[in-house]
Amino acid sequence: MNAAEGPLLRLEHADKRFGAIRALENVHIELFAGEVHGLVGENGAGKSTLVKILAGVLRPDAGRLLLDGEEAIFDNAKQSQTAGIAIIFQEPTLFPDLSVAENIFVGGQPLKRGRRIDVRRMRRDAVGLFQQLGVRLDPDRLARGLSIADQQLVEIAKALSAHARVIVMDEPTAALTASEVERLFGIVETLRARGAAVLFISHRLEEIFGLCQRVTVMRDGRHVLTQPIEELTSQAIIRAMVGREMAALFPKVASEPGPIVLKVDRLTREGVFTDVSFDVRGGEIVALAGLVGAGRSEVARAIFGIDRWDAGSVEISGRKLPKASPTAAIAAGIGLVPEDRRQQGLVMDFSIERNIALASLGRVQRFGLIPHGAERSFARDWAVRLQLKYGRLSNPVWTLSGGNQQKVVLAKWLARRPALLIVDEPTRGIDVGTKAEVHRLLSELAAHGVAVLMISSELPEVLGMADRIVVLFEGRVSRTFARADIDEDAIMRAATGLVEEAAA
Amino acid sequence: MTTTVERARVPYDGERTGSHQLAELLFRFRELGIVLALVLVVGATTIDNQRFVSGTSLQQLLAGAAIIALLAIGETIVIVTRNVDLSIGSVLGISAYAAGSVFVHYPHASTFVVLLIGLLVGAACGAVNGAIVTILRVPSLVVTLGTLYVIRGIDAAWAGGNQIASFSLPNSFNKIGYGTIAGVPYLGLIAIGAVAVATYAMRSFRTGRDFYAIGSNPEAARLAGIPVGRRVFTAFVLSGAIAGFAGVLWLSYFGSVDAIAGVGYEFQVIAAVVVGGVAIFGGSGTVLGAALGALLLNTISSALVVVNVSSNWNQALAGALLVGAIAFDRLIALRVAPALRTRRSSRE
Repeated sequence: MNAAEGPLLRLEHADKRFGAIRALENVHIELFAGEVHGLVGENGAGKSTLVKILAGVLRPDAGRLLLDGEEAIFDNAKQSQTAGIAIIFQEPTLFPDLSVAENIFVGGQPLKRGRRIDVRRMRRDAVGLFQQLGVRLDPDRLARGLSIADQQLVEIAKALSAHARVIVMDEPTAALTASEVERLFGIVETLRARGAAVLFISHRLEEIFGLCQRVTVMRDGRHVLTQPIEELTSQAIIRAMVGREMAALFPKVASEPGPIVLKVDRLTREGVFTDVSFDVRGGEIVALAGLVGAGRSEVARAIFGIDRWDAGSVEISGRKLPKASPTAAIAAGIGLVPEDRRQQGLVMDFSIERNIALASLGRVQRFGLIPHGAERSFARDWAVRLQLKYGRLSNPVWTLSGGNQQKVVLAKWLARRPALLIVDEPTRGIDVGTKAEVHRLLSELAAHGVAVLMISSELPEVLGMADRIVVLFEGRVSRTFARADIDEDAIMRAATGLVEEAAA
Repeated sequence: MTTTVERARVPYDGERTGSHQLAELLFRFRELGIVLALVLVVGATTIDNQRFVSGTSLQQLLAGAAIIALLAIGETIVIVTRNVDLSIGSVLGISAYAAGSVFVHYPHASTFVVLLIGLLVGAACGAVNGAIVTILRVPSLVVTLGTLYVIRGIDAAWAGGNQIASFSLPNSFNKIGYGTIAGVPYLGLIAIGAVAVATYAMRSFRTGRDFYAIGSNPEAARLAGIPVGRRVFTAFVLSGAIAGFAGVLWLSYFGSVDAIAGVGYEFQVIAAVVVGGVAIFGGSGTVLGAALGALLLNTISSALVVVNVSSNWNQALAGALLVGAIAFDRLIALRVAPALRTRRSSRE
């Protein structure tokens, strides 16, 4: 580290708002040549926003970006690249129909006489770049079908070819296997040794400790701390990540757990999740916690029948569900409020009333037709119960705010009086006030005997809402907590794979 | 943790896993398959009727396919960028009529100038398409469906019920349509030359590679700093210009023109392009393949005549071939996908 020469990149007093949400507030970060800088924080802490600002995709509302001490303003991604910043995203965006070599040099191919592309040199340079990285990858093959890890390699080679001095890796290991992670570490080390400044974002603390020289922790869009790695322990980092006061956002209604509604037994989908067992009783909220990529949503998708499972079984109130049949899952009384409500939860161009009635058309129909009046009164009933704020029920559902859209999705399933409701990130992108309402709704549902399976990346939400917590790590259940012995630090450790043998 | 510096540096040695080799070969060199089909059709027809491979017959095959093949060049460029140009038949029609009108008013106009006029008329139409698609961001399917009718309407209003007949055209011009050099028709030579130039250009210039990149992943293209709007605009201008140029050749081939010249060509051309292995959603396929597709479809329709199958079956067969080509592509892609997945880089 050559701190004496001053930072290669410096972001100071950065602010960014999205409507009412403050994504970044007075954030600063400094990256030095020859240093790997770790960036950690929970989902929603503002890491992605920070990356997008460095990438030139977003412009901060306030604050300055300094490169080599000089102010830089990026209007687009190209300018950021030209300035020597390269971003390696968790899931790279390559051109599947072009060769690996072309993907590296796209837009800047080496030319020969007559402005023609020098294909031979391009190929040779690609081979050279892969040699520098110490990997073997055929430069002539198409990018289609490359594994995520190899796609990242192509992006890293691209960064090398552009002589990038600042390399930002946004959760590069989230989708990699252990051996691929090891290879990536070797490459990051090489980049660092060559004098690049690397910003390494990861949820896995052992990676931060294995790779980084300094660490910055962010929380709620703010900078919490930046310290050399030697001065930190994983406990200290976890505390800094989750250290907010538990907001009074979670009106937990006490309820008496009833009989087992959902029983998941040794459920396995190869390469996705393994040997997952848990149950949910009526009147109970069970949270599936864990990192992105730990397999939470995938388990939910399998239960609901979207994805096929390879082994194990799912029972609803004692009856086994067939594999891969959402129709059977719905008939058995499961409702799914998906993570991506715009794509999967709602038909955005349909009216509010049609969306609410969508899963209950069997009840609304008369002789195979849907009488408009019946649909409307059915929808109005549920809109009132959920205190939906709307202009007219005939307005398209996209006119509603995010929180009210979520209520429409909830109404759609509640109208079927489900035995089990699966909610995936129920409050993502919802303002604070409506969040509390969604929480109240879920809590009341449980109080009325519905079994609720909740997936959430927001630890406070999990802590505030759940009766029990099942923590997944890399597709396996790493620990289960009852409400009585819920402990933030222990959950974080279980989610990052740091399970104490004694506790497990 | 190991560092890569210490690791043996083994360059990729070009080894291939054998099992999916054929599928991958077909996938990457689609043209081979079309040539194979072409040989098959010609061979089978010749067994039935020896005269199918006579000199004049082959000349007719080549000349007949030339105009569709030319149009297929432009269409390929547009489709590769994940767009489509449905207006080419109308552009060809109005350009042919414009060329005829020039000769009516200036009987001694030079062929070169008339070709240039046709080219410019087409380029102007293409520029309108390109501008609406890129500036107003209207899907090209809708835009060019609209201009298909608008241009045809203008053509019809201009031509009225008129027909410009071959006696209005100079002999030197008509000769392009039927003349040959060493037995090869001019039209065929022009098409072969244009296909060769376009194939090379699409492979060797940044703009050409940008077309593929845009069609392969538009969002990534934008992030890579490719001027997406400008490139798509260029693609439409090229497609229009080629259609305009082809319109003049069409006039010389048929010798007369009225308001319905080139009606329905867009579908013949798109069929040829798709049969030729150009992915309908962009990103892959070659001009050469598309031109071979045009030749194949034209040869099949000629072959049907020779073996005394009713010409009514012609369209049905072309359609079946189109669906077959797409199904074949899917099949090959499914076969190749696991091969591409398993051929990851090795970690030694």
